[in-house]
Amino acid sequence: MTASGLTAGALAATAGQLALVVGGAPLLVGLMRQVRARLEGRAGAGVGQPWRDLRKLLGKEAIRPDGSSWVFTMAPLLLLASTLVITAVAPFLSTVSPVEGVADLFAVVSLLMLGTVALALAGLDTGTAFGGMGASRAVTVAALAEPTILLAVFALSARVGSSNLADIVESTLTTPAQVLSPASLLAAVAFAVVIIAEAGRLPVDNPATHLELTMIHEAMVLEYAGRDLAMIELASAMRLTVLLGLGANLFMPWGIATTVAPLPLLGAAVVFAVKLGVLGAGLAVFEVFVAKWRLFRVPELLAGSFLFGLLAVSASFFLA
Amino acid sequence: MSLIGAGLGVIAWGAIAGVTLGALAPSRARALVAGVLTSVVGAGGVLAGLAALGGQGWSLTVTDLLPLGAMTLAVDALSGAFLLLVGAVAVAVGVYSVGYTGPGGRHGAEPDATSGDTTALAGPSSEPGAAGHAEGAASRTAQSALPLFVAAMLLVPAAASVSTLLVLWELMALTSLVLVLAEHRLRASVRDAGLWYAGMTHAGLVAIMLGLVVFAAGAGGESFTALRAGSGDLSPGTRSLVFVLIFIGFGSKAGMVPLHVWLPRAHSEAPSHVSALMSAAMVSLGLYGLIRVGFDLLGGGPHWWGLLVLTVGGLSALYGVLQASVAVDLKRLLAYSTTENVGLMLIGVGAAGMFAADGNRILAGVLMAAAVLHAVNHAAFKTLLFLGAGSVLRATGLRDLDLLGGLARRMPVTTALFAVGALGAAALPPGNGFVSEWVLLQGLIHSVTATGSPSVVAALSIPLAVGVVALTAGLGMVTFVKAFGVGFLARPRSTVAAAASESPLTMRAGMFLAAAACAGLALAPATAGAPLTRLLRVLPSVRDGAPLADSGIALRLAGIAGSMSPLLIALGLLVAGASVAALARRVAQGRPRRVAQAWGSGGARLDPRMEYTATSFAEPLTRVFDDVLRPEHDIDVTPYVESRYLIESVRFRQRVPDRLEARLYPPLLAAATRWGQWSRRLANGSVHRYLAYGFVGLLSVLIVVGISG
Amino acid sequence: MSVLRKIIRTGRVAESAPQAPPASADAEGADRSGPEPVAPLSGSVQLRHVDAGSCNGCELEIASAFGPVYDAERYGLRLVASPRHADALLVTGPVTRNMADPLRKTYEATPAPRRVVAVGDCALNCGVFAGGHGVEGAVADVIPVDVEVPGCPPTPDVLIAALRGLTGR
Repeated sequence: MTASGLTAGALAATAGQLALVVGGAPLLVGLMRQVRARLEGRAGAGVGQPWRDLRKLLGKEAIRPDGSSWVFTMAPLLLLASTLVITAVAPFLSTVSPVEGVADLFAVVSLLMLGTVALALAGLDTGTAFGGMGASRAVTVAALAEPTILLAVFALSARVGSSNLADIVESTLTTPAQVLSPASLLAAVAFAVVIIAEAGRLPVDNPATHLELTMIHEAMVLEYAGRDLAMIELASAMRLTVLLGLGANLFMPWGIATTVAPLPLLGAAVVFAVKLGVLGAGLAVFEVFVAKWRLFRVPELLAGSFLFGLLAVSASFFLA
Repeated sequence: MSLIGAGLGVIAWGAIAGVTLGALAPSRARALVAGVLTSVVGAGGVLAGLAALGGQGWSLTVTDLLPLGAMTLAVDALSGAFLLLVGAVAVAVGVYSVGYTGPGGRHGAEPDATSGDTTALAGPSSEPGAAGHAEGAASRTAQSALPLFVAAMLLVPAAASVSTLLVLWELMALTSLVLVLAEHRLRASVRDAGLWYAGMTHAGLVAIMLGLVVFAAGAGGESFTALRAGSGDLSPGTRSLVFVLIFIGFGSKAGMVPLHVWLPRAHSEAPSHVSALMSAAMVSLGLYGLIRVGFDLLGGGPHWWGLLVLTVGGLSALYGVLQASVAVDLKRLLAYSTTENVGLMLIGVGAAGMFAADGNRILAGVLMAAAVLHAVNHAAFKTLLFLGAGSVLRATGLRDLDLLGGLARRMPVTTALFAVGALGAAALPPGNGFVSEWVLLQGLIHSVTATGSPSVVAALSIPLAVGVVALTAGLGMVTFVKAFGVGFLARPRSTVAAAASESPLTMRAGMFLAAAACAGLALAPATAGAPLTRLLRVLPSVRDGAPLADSGIALRLAGIAGSMSPLLIALGLLVAGASVAALARRVAQGRPRRVAQAWGSGGARLDPRMEYTATSFAEPLTRVFDDVLRPEHDIDVTPYVESRYLIESVRFRQRVPDRLEARLYPPLLAAATRWGQWSRRLANGSVHRYLAYGFVGLLSVLIVVGISG
Repeated sequence: MSVLRKIIRTGRVAESAPQAPPASADAEGADRSGPEPVAPLSGSVQLRHVDAGSCNGCELEIASAFGPVYDAERYGLRLVASPRHADALLVTGPVTRNMADPLRKTYEATPAPRRVVAVGDCALNCGVFAGGHGVEGAVADVIPVDVEVPGCPPTPDVLIAALRGLTGR
């Protein structure tokens, strides 16, 4: 294959995963709600419901609270933009990427934090008590989750000698036994807790709550309406998808294409969708069995996962 | 004449002109003269620094200038980096100070503790800033000390002998003390801050002096060349003694834990442009001293030196960021954030020392480069943040975040520029702080593969260091979300904040310069590759490294696999944001956003008093880190006179004291006081006793001479 | 594990969906004065519930409408916490003096296009509270009402049938 063909193929892979994540993220959320509904004995609104919600929100009026500034209107853009950038650089379909070396795992984690910060600032900018409350809680949880996620990254990249996502994935592909190493398993546990905390799932945050005093994510977006809200909802769904996708491909990358030929890419897309579906359904099932924790017990959970991360790193040092 | 010589000439003549003109100029022109000359002195530093980083070398010896010997100056790439850093800070600060020390504004007055709606501050006729101004930062003393302070800071990295370094170091300390005390007549708290600063900085000087004197005695010469040549002859014990002493001395200037106590006081009480100079520039000279003496003159040392620096750095980073994340005073918050960032730099230096001792020069080079790069980044964003805080202070007279807010609509330029600085300080992409933290983390994670089988100490300390850096990054994010979100967004929480207006043009220009530096460092850090390589060649133990390969837009680390492109990330964010915005615009079909009252659950109109404050924002963190911070609560319940069951008012106050200070310093101070009391007995005013002292003294000298002779 | 056993033993409790009501002509006059479901709302309607002074009878019925047996969520309906996220207000009870203003504010806070569903006899004509000293009037006296659901209280069936008219599902 020629160099230009390679670039074109890699571009196609990136565009493909962008389309897959943007289009599939609401479906994933719909699937999770549907699984939950079925386990609760309900019929459920169907997998496509989040898309119907988004379509409706786009047609509605947008509202800005009195006294807010440009930060309030820019925050959804920044949130969605940062999520899109992560989607573009993460190896979801192929390890060959036209944007290789642009952002490594550290940068991806920091971009996730950037989205959290944008939303927290918007929450503060509304000037309501609930907005401030949600912002305060969200950044506290994020601040405590960040060390864990960075330690998990450290444990993963230490054995490979690189924090570039594609390198980590390729290394796991070549030596599958690595996945079962203590470092990798401990890192997986730490990463799972972080996914739950960052995506605002139970038991850290209840995405279906109506009670403002228990909210984290919802409290920050209480003032958004119409297309702004649609952007935030889409970005939240995408963040969940991206986190699950990273978890899937860092710890079990099988099925990902190592070339940019059309057939492996198509296969990788199918495998990726299946992996995410299974992970999402699993997360939804898990959520049926737990209740939301008190806010001040969440740090205990995160401290526990921090310990797992630290153990993972130490394991990667001593058992290297 | 070389560029460096020209630059240093500009610095010297600028300082002399600054002192004379600052003292002579009429009060109306004083702000302009002092500001311009400070910028000129700074520009001299930038010129010399750029030339030195470009590969030029320069040295000068003037005999009989100083009382104890010759003045020796020499500039290499390491000096150049710090000349550039200090000079650039001074340029921005000089421009800014023209507006800041000019007439008008509410800064300088006693901050109003109760609330903004008292008339003392809002009164139109009194204008306390103007009255207090001639005595504060705009006074003759303060204005003429400003260029001198900058010149002293610029010459410190150029000093090339022990006596020159000590004299310049002391000059820097004294001029900065004068500037810290500038507003002592306006606020009583300034005097206390000045006392702490004077005490700490002189204790540090004593440590540096002892260390360098021991060093010079052992090496047989006081010029840096002699020290370099003689450092190998020192016994390991002496070398370690020298290192520990200078680490304490330079560390106290850098504000590392537990010697940081002067920082929150001096930084918050000094005029804001002076805070910027001290926090961004002077503090990094502590790092310079440590690198210069520890890695250049002593030429690196055993493993435990690095571990010591790493440990102290980790503690400083954590303690600083924890205090910053719960601080409510904006300038105090920034001061603690300085301790945090110095901690990160020390982590880099310490880890570099550890790997250099193991002989791993590539890794040591990357980590040292990370530390220096972080010093430069910190200088850029901290200058911007302190200047921003100064603008807020000037417009409102407030440093208390709990009373601020709503500035985004009233001071749009200041808000936008402060946001740039906060992004850098929060270490988020595409900010500049993120870049150097990324390099630091890269250096740390590659310690496994690069060292093969790491030692047990490294295997324990490096993961912990990564954990510390990560936790610091997380809490730093909270800190600056709070500083920006509570300080500038939402609706104003006091009447003075509601009456704020944008700063004068020169102040905005000064902040803009700093913001431009932040943006440049954030987007094109790879250009620092070649200068950093030259800088590392100065340090014998890490000499091999060429840490940042200069590969255009991407930041690639040489020797280890790691690459990231801040420019492309920023571009990606921009493109994604713009296309989403365009799509949203299409969807909106021209329907504007309706402005509605904030949703208050249908109740009465939301009051600014119902907004989240900085204290409430940090409350969850205060609870989580309860054991470390030990906040003090005060609850006053006032019942009605008629019945104690009916409550008239409840007052809740929370304070987070600096626990390290409260634990460590009172015993020390008490001991010093006791010692002082005791020694007072020696001098009781009796002439007979003084004559006896003189006689005994003379006699003992004669005896000593007699025995040794 | 007891939860798991319970899930398996219980299975699906949602009753099968009744025939979708034709958009306008409808049993019990659920859509008497209401408009056709507007296109942007089709398939998805978020509801903000406002209790303007109800005896909580209607609340119980609303709660059971969203419970597993009737499962209103399958028609694209959802209760939300903020009027900013809502497409329709679900107002119950006669509007008391203290709730009149909050009700207006809630209506103001809802982004257009918005609908108001008055639930229960009290909301339609103040029911037994008519003329009470604390009662300001029916919902229609305070904000424009689009859909009326009579009953004291309306059964979940009736309520869902009316709301399905909004979602069009």
